[in-house]
Amino acid sequence: MEGREILLPRAIFQKILDHCRSLRPEEACGLVAADGSGRPVAVLPVTNSLHSPVRYQMDPREQFDAMKRIRREGWSLFAIFHSHPLSEPAPSPTDIRQAFYPEAYMIIVGLEKEPAVARGFVVQEGEVAERLLRVVEDPLP
Amino acid sequence: MSVVVRIPTPLRKLTGNQGEVREEGKTVREILDGLESHYPGIRERLTDEAGELRRFINIYLNEEDIRFAEGLDTTVKAGDEVSIIPAIAGGSR
Repeated sequence: MEGREILLPRAIFQKILDHCRSLRPEEACGLVAADGSGRPVAVLPVTNSLHSPVRYQMDPREQFDAMKRIRREGWSLFAIFHSHPLSEPAPSPTDIRQAFYPEAYMIIVGLEKEPAVARGFVVQEGEVAERLLRVVEDPLP
Repeated sequence: MSVVVRIPTPLRKLTGNQGEVREEGKTVREILDGLESHYPGIRERLTDEAGELRRFINIYLNEEDIRFAEGLDTTVKAGDEVSIIPAIAGGSR
């Protein structure tokens, strides 16, 4: 969390975008897991149980299962993402008030215009700091 | 009955940075009583003035959400695992 940049492999970034676009106009949400070296390795979409264009709440059972999977795989919670289908990708007062996972980056995907814009933030005890979100090409096999 | 309680990151300031603690009790409510006695201040983060679970807090006993069991009166047995899981929520409005 100390770094100034959030590095996202392109495949991870694309999965987040695809998921958010597929659920537009509803807000979409999910988790990003990192491996032991802190590199993002998996996107775990979770159902927005509110099915709303302006609010989201992760389905509690799916959230629990996704977090358990992260623990069992030896991963860590890297980021929590959600989309703003109708507005800018910046944390709203609701996003800040309900941010209970300060260890994870908050990634917000703005779908108001194309191309979609994703931004990353650290939200800790009501304080928001933006981190440059940089998409990196996947390493060659 | 000794159970393992998983503590989420935002509450670890209250548990001396421990992500897992052991507590004794026969119900989830007694487990929370035990937590409060060892880590004062934690209960108000989990339950409201009426003693009910806060809206954005989910508690799982092993694999089950206690809201779908007996709530805070759900009985626990030795070796059970209690997970405190804050909801993930937000939105543009």
